[in-house]
Amino acid sequence: MELTNLTVREAHELLKIKKISSVELTQATLNRIRDTDSKIKSYITVTDELALQQARRADERLAKGENITPLTGVPYSLKDSLSTRSVRTTCASKILEDYVPQYNATVVDKLNDAGAVLLGKTNMDEFGMGSSCENSAFFNTHNPWNLNHVAGGSSGGAAAAVAAGMGAFSIGEDTGGSVRMPAAFCGVTGLKPTYGRVSRYGVISLASSFDCVGPLARNAYDCALVLEAIAGHDSHDSTTYQEKVPQYAANLNKSIEKMRIGIPKEYFVAGMDAGVESALQEAIRQLEKLGAEIREVSLPHTQYGLPVYYLLQVAEASSNLARFDGMRFGMSVSKNAQDSLDIYLQTRRDGFGDEVKRRIMLGAYALSAGYYDAYYLKAQKTRTLLRRDFETAFASCDILLAPTSPMPAFKLGEKINDPLAMYLSDVCTVSTNPAGVPALTVPCGFSNNLPVGMQLIGKHLDEQTLFQVAHAYQQETDWHERLPSL
Amino acid sequence: MKYEPVIGLEIHAELLTNSKMFCGCSADHASASEPNVNICPTCAGLPGALPVANKKAVELAALVGLALNCSINKRSAFARKNYYYPDLPKGYQISQFDFPIAEKGWLEVNADEKNQLKVRVRRAHIEEDTAKLTHEKNYALVDFNRSGVPLLEIVSEPDMRTVEAALDYATKIRAILRYLGVNSGDMEKGVLRFEANISVRPVDSDELRKRTEIKNLNSFRALVRASQYEIERQIKIYESGGTVEQETLGWDDARGVTISQRSKEDAHDYRYFPEPDLPPLNLSDEWIQSIREQLPELPEAKTARFMADFALTPSEARLLTSELSLANYFEEAVRHAKSSPKTVSAWIAGEFMRNLNERNAQPVAVPAESLAQIVDMVADKVIGASAGKTVLTELFERGGDPAQIVKEKGLAQISDEGFIQEIVAKILDDNPSEIEKYHAGKETLLQWFVGQAARATKGKADPVLTKELTLKGLEERRK
Ligand SMILES: [Zn+2]
Repeated sequence: MELTNLTVREAHELLKIKKISSVELTQATLNRIRDTDSKIKSYITVTDELALQQARRADERLAKGENITPLTGVPYSLKDSLSTRSVRTTCASKILEDYVPQYNATVVDKLNDAGAVLLGKTNMDEFGMGSSCENSAFFNTHNPWNLNHVAGGSSGGAAAAVAAGMGAFSIGEDTGGSVRMPAAFCGVTGLKPTYGRVSRYGVISLASSFDCVGPLARNAYDCALVLEAIAGHDSHDSTTYQEKVPQYAANLNKSIEKMRIGIPKEYFVAGMDAGVESALQEAIRQLEKLGAEIREVSLPHTQYGLPVYYLLQVAEASSNLARFDGMRFGMSVSKNAQDSLDIYLQTRRDGFGDEVKRRIMLGAYALSAGYYDAYYLKAQKTRTLLRRDFETAFASCDILLAPTSPMPAFKLGEKINDPLAMYLSDVCTVSTNPAGVPALTVPCGFSNNLPVGMQLIGKHLDEQTLFQVAHAYQQETDWHERLPSL
Repeated sequence: MKYEPVIGLEIHAELLTNSKMFCGCSADHASASEPNVNICPTCAGLPGALPVANKKAVELAALVGLALNCSINKRSAFARKNYYYPDLPKGYQISQFDFPIAEKGWLEVNADEKNQLKVRVRRAHIEEDTAKLTHEKNYALVDFNRSGVPLLEIVSEPDMRTVEAALDYATKIRAILRYLGVNSGDMEKGVLRFEANISVRPVDSDELRKRTEIKNLNSFRALVRASQYEIERQIKIYESGGTVEQETLGWDDARGVTISQRSKEDAHDYRYFPEPDLPPLNLSDEWIQSIREQLPELPEAKTARFMADFALTPSEARLLTSELSLANYFEEAVRHAKSSPKTVSAWIAGEFMRNLNERNAQPVAVPAESLAQIVDMVADKVIGASAGKTVLTELFERGGDPAQIVKEKGLAQISDEGFIQEIVAKILDDNPSEIEKYHAGKETLLQWFVGQAARATKGKADPVLTKELTLKGLEERRK
């Protein structure tokens, strides 16, 4: 039995019957990180001591048999955009290189309460701006299936860590595909929940109206367990839903017979990687075998997804990133400064990377007097059309199925000098964020020995159906059980 | 050419809530023990922190809107106003832009001594206060205790044509805010700040010329002086053939001049956009109605009622209604007094107010029932008016029961005719030469004789009776 390859559910079973201890499991995972992560580079910070301390506490809980949750004693990692009290939180930016938050994100508090064991903070594109993890100010994360390829972004560290056995699950954040795309590239299961299902409090914002915190794990069942632990209303986040969190995992064994699955034709475009396309066709056949009814649907405004997303995202980001001004926390470059403006300019010049600066400028421009109506307002109106597309489609089907990415992981360096090509790699994931609907990516095959992801898109707050379909699929397939050789 | 000013006012009023606008920190920055104690991730602008709108502040804002005859928008929204300054931790201020909570109201003010004027209130919107900066020699200190305190910005249309009207508008708004209990009106603590938009134009024209905006006027005096100065400055520019530039001005109170802070070219582009961290405020008709039901009787209505019910003159009524606490005190005293409301009003306006101002005290310092007792004792001639003042002062200083004080201090008025007669006779007998002068025609000496009698009785003798007996004695001694 390889401890580092256990799923959350398996680890929980073994911990509960005391076949293994959390300290054993945690130590094994820390060893794995020590031995493997020099190749993958998925962690920015590893919290060894804290992890072992939390593991000991979890073992006490398990010994007493009190207050045990499915995550008690299970080691996990956090994207470095989630604030952790006393643990540095960098957002993979130089401007926050030494920033240590004074408070925990609500999700972190919830995971602490559940007894999960934090291994460390994972790499990402700086402030979530990127699709390959190459925009990290510190280092690139490598794809565990092929070290010359990207892990995807922006939650690349999270996906690579799970794929390489460096934590049973990980918490990522998805603004336009940042959980799903790297999960697909690294062959793991990842969820972008409904906007407002999981608290954003303490999550360093990229674009407030899109940001969704979600789990990455080895299968849909595990994602369901983690979502149960982190979802719910938060009095600190007024955009969270009041609705009670369902017991997702307990209700996964339902048949998907007669399930109406819509295939949006706009997502199967010319230029799509042949391996990706055949993997998806095979997955569709598999679902049909399980009794699902497949039908073609149309999301006619899909072509506007990218421009709408990138316009609104940069606009919100330009404002969200204003607080990194060298005044209260993080990097401050005040050398030879004559006034506060000098400190702003120098700090932001030295602290932010190129992509961040590019988006701040684009966003400030889109919000400027005289341009606001043509850009921001128009994008907001088109956002409504995107949302309606989904509403219309869901009138005739229960979920939608599409590729998570039209191609598998590309090579490191391949797109980094072409921002537009990089933006285009989000084409299959960006539309769900403006619409707010949940989406899950599930491994469904390989193309050129690189994993392919199938994306399931659901109705508002209907994560349950996504889990149900994915779980049924994963009961019949083993793509999610394949491991990279490292 | 004769010019007239066109004045609009923006009033920034802190809302008296327990917690800040978007977090749970105490909003009471004035009594904070030291800088940066009432702060949290949200009001310090830490990464990842989010705002949550304060329901109480929304209620108070709606209450003010209704008091100013505004319509309350059933759907209003927060927006981000983006700019950089060290007192603004997030790099944007959460405010309201396209959809303020209240719009299109009005307030009646005195345009001058004779005329009333309806000043239109364009809008009232909620926003958060900034941190407080203290500038030192080559650095500045930031105190975030004030950061995020709820503010209501009340914006008038440029409807005022005199500084007096602007002053009356500001005074009335302050009184209304205090009546509603939403703001202490304590200008020294900065809980109420004014900004004046001023332009001038030839009398009888209806053009709107370029205006200047004077920021951060922290007292009525500053509002009046800055406005007067700015009006004169603009008139001088036009008279010398120049043009006024649109700009933002500061007011130097010590030097009594306005100073340019920002010209139109440097004007900020605030890049307003809807605040994505806060859902819009959806206010139901029922909710708005429930706020409307909380509206107390406002100064204007109370003044009218006092005039009608208590037969007071407009100035008497206005004085009493200038503060809610004073108006309530008056009504309570009237309930306890047998004397007429007019008499009670005269006592409050005179001796009572003198004591309040001298001692910087609140009306409650002396129970209204005690004041009523004093007024009645004077009216019933139990004590004289000056003894009444002594009792009132005693109450302010040491408290106690008015009747008891009269007894202890021996202040009761003497109305015994035989006793007063004896005293008057002695004074007349002791001053034959003065009597002679009186009989020779120096009638003003009557008051001197009365005064002598008052002194002999330590002011306790009934003054009317004393005068009567003195006059009688003087006539008897005429040959
Ligand atoms: Zn606070």
